[in-house]
Amino acid sequence: MTRVLGRILSLGSGAVGLALVLIVVAIALIGPFVAPHSPTAFVSFSFAHPTGKYPLGTDMMGHDTLSRVLKGGWRILIMSTGATILGVGTGALFGIWAGYAKGVTDEAIMRAADVLMAFPQIILALLFISLLGPRLWLLTVLVGAIHAPQVARVFRAATLRVAGEDFVRHAESLGVAAWKIILREILPNVTSPLMVEFGLRLAYSVTLIAGLSFLGFGVQPPTPDWGTMINENRIGLMASPWPVLIPILLIALLTIGMNLLTDALARAMLGGARRVDLASPPIEDMPGAAEREIAVAGVLR
Amino acid sequence: MSAAADNREALAVTGLEVAMAGVGLPVVSDASFTLKPGEILGLVGESGSGKTTLGLGLLAHHRRGLVISQGRVMIDGRDLLTIPAHDLPAIRKSLIRYVPQDSGTALNPALRIRTQLAENFDDPGKVDDDTLIALLEEVKLPGKRGLLRAYPHQLSGGQQQRVAIAMAFAGHPRVVVMDEPTTGLDVTTQAHVLQTVRQLCREHDIAAVYVSHDLAVVASLAQRVAVMYAGRIVEIGPTDQVLRRPLHPYTTALIKAVPDIDKRSRIEGIPGQAPEPGRRPPGCSYAPRCPLVIPACRAEMPALRDQIEGHAVRCIRPGESIGGAEATLLAPTAAASQPAPVLRLASLVAHYGATEILHGISFDVPERGCVALVGESGSGKTTLARTIGGLHAEVHGGMFFRGAPLPAGSRHRNAELRRRIQYVFQNPYASLNPRRSIGQSIAIALQTFESPGRTELRRRISEALEQVALPASAASRRPHELSGGQLQRAAIARALVVKPELLICDEVTSALDVSVQAVIIALLSDLQRDHGLSMLFITHNLALVRSIAQSAVVMQSGRIIEAGEIDQVLDHPQAAETKLLLADVPRFESAVA
Repeated sequence: MTRVLGRILSLGSGAVGLALVLIVVAIALIGPFVAPHSPTAFVSFSFAHPTGKYPLGTDMMGHDTLSRVLKGGWRILIMSTGATILGVGTGALFGIWAGYAKGVTDEAIMRAADVLMAFPQIILALLFISLLGPRLWLLTVLVGAIHAPQVARVFRAATLRVAGEDFVRHAESLGVAAWKIILREILPNVTSPLMVEFGLRLAYSVTLIAGLSFLGFGVQPPTPDWGTMINENRIGLMASPWPVLIPILLIALLTIGMNLLTDALARAMLGGARRVDLASPPIEDMPGAAEREIAVAGVLR
Repeated sequence: MSAAADNREALAVTGLEVAMAGVGLPVVSDASFTLKPGEILGLVGESGSGKTTLGLGLLAHHRRGLVISQGRVMIDGRDLLTIPAHDLPAIRKSLIRYVPQDSGTALNPALRIRTQLAENFDDPGKVDDDTLIALLEEVKLPGKRGLLRAYPHQLSGGQQQRVAIAMAFAGHPRVVVMDEPTTGLDVTTQAHVLQTVRQLCREHDIAAVYVSHDLAVVASLAQRVAVMYAGRIVEIGPTDQVLRRPLHPYTTALIKAVPDIDKRSRIEGIPGQAPEPGRRPPGCSYAPRCPLVIPACRAEMPALRDQIEGHAVRCIRPGESIGGAEATLLAPTAAASQPAPVLRLASLVAHYGATEILHGISFDVPERGCVALVGESGSGKTTLARTIGGLHAEVHGGMFFRGAPLPAGSRHRNAELRRRIQYVFQNPYASLNPRRSIGQSIAIALQTFESPGRTELRRRISEALEQVALPASAASRRPHELSGGQLQRAAIARALVVKPELLICDEVTSALDVSVQAVIIALLSDLQRDHGLSMLFITHNLALVRSIAQSAVVMQSGRIIEAGEIDQVLDHPQAAETKLLLADVPRFESAVA
């Protein structure tokens, strides 16, 4: 694990990506505790320019922009993470199952995934939200459901490769149960796509959830949220750009950082597999193995 | 060097060194040799010896991560290594060409054979079909226009390799480098391809470097042989001399490891493993494994010196005989009494979907005996092995284990049957889960059938490892930390830990070097004798069966064409197909053309 981290950092883009992600995550998670004002307090008139007291000015309602930015990030982060875990988790599970079971199970799972993917996904999400109301858990589940079929395809392909290997054959010849083969033989060998897929899907979740909030289907005002802020303050873009620009900047930095980091991760895991490791000594045969082999040979003469 | 000397030599390599970029560790060092026009040099070595790297270096090419750091490669009075990169492709076209190992990937699957052949001429647009057909006829591909219009996937492996060879010889270059071009082919096709190469080189005075791990192939093809070890040529000379009277202890050991098809000879492994770049000792690289080592060997790398005219060796004690154990690794001969068979097959038929693969297979595996199942790729031998191992269930007909019916498919067998029949796979790199330590893999196999306590588990694992001559510390290692031979021994340990009665060995040595193969064969013979294990040994290598088995079953197209005692089958084959197979096996002892 530390070796993979080291390799990510040795790639310039990986280090930049990690730094960007850490900065945005720190703002979102520490922000709520250091925000100077209540995000819902009316501190000044609408779209006030930055002053010493209000470094980013105020928004359309006269709230302090800095406080709203600091307190408006954690929900989107938690929702995206939850949606990604849900989507990648179910997708991976079904994908591996389909890839290992093959035959009818494979067909059933993958055609169901095709059906899900056939709907325009944002529209489908909007339909459910307009039926059930803008609930945050619903938003999370829907974004997860958008990911799952695509993730399932990736994992089915990865599993098909691993499932053809002889160590899986060997477990089958011992009569090991299918679920144990999936957990013990296949899952550990698809961790690279798992991590890469998680990183890419997380970046996608952030933009999806921010997008839905922007459309008014996510976090509802007056609760502060980066996606909502972009929408509610865009009418005052000419008066004071900060309430719009700062949330946009943070979301952009987070997704760019996440993509760079994932890219570096993929390259680090790819490159690591075949590198000769000069630090760990080669395993020597049993002390006297040479002599033993000659002795064995002698016996057989 | 005079101009006259240049004309007599097709290729002159001096002090070629290829190193890892950045770290500067040499992968190939100090390679020097010359080739006359029409001469074929066999470049022999085990995996990791640098033979492919050297072969590519001759074309002034190197794989990613390597650099050619020193030396000269002279062809036609020009040093290839001083030619700027953008001029190289044009120069290579007329001077030196390459035939890669896997023709399946060397040919572009999206282009017709005609297009790919024509690219080797100076003006691809103006080449007429007759020229190309003549070219194909030279490599014994019957001159039909249909072949020119075909795509690579429509050709067999042997035909693809012939096309690749035709492409290399098309412009009549001075030198052709061939990197194991027959490795994936069956013996009959291989024999034909080798014949073609020999003829092309002789007719057009083209020098060739033939890279191979197979001493027998080289013996039947090359006039001279260079043996590589740990990135250096350790011995070079006329094929006859090098193979009959080797001067370097490594060459001697390598030759002893090669099984001989014609007689029941001993095969011996080489203990230890070749050092990787960066771990090579300061003195002679072979010193740590050499039975003749003296302190001076460890002091400095010996130079490649001529011992006899044209026969050079990199050793300070050349040609000294290796005393000590005259070990013979012969398998035990057939048991006198014939007890009830462990496994009996009676008219076994296997399908893949609607296709019948095996047509009525019947034979016995005797108690404590080893049956060799021999056949070329596609003969159905692996399907048969998988059927017996419970990995293929579309079967009908009789399988009996110790007299009781053996159900098809491991899911239909009880735990006891699954334990008693164990399967060892061809490729040890794929048969052990890379994410688990060796010990964990062995433990999981054991825990499938028993529930031993912690100390008992540990004891059984180290016992199994000891049986295959691996140290107990190997249990904590991941597969990528072990060499191929060690991995295959670990895979055998995983089978042994459950105390099986029948071991199915599916091409267990075909992914390994000959010196390692000999170690595995010795180990299996030992197990057969000491533990009363019965074995089914599947192989395509006819030469190997004498060293391990008491009887042989020869398969072709899903049928048994010959069965009987080993010596009977190999010395007095009855079926015409067996005779053909035996005739095409490259002989170590065969006279050099």
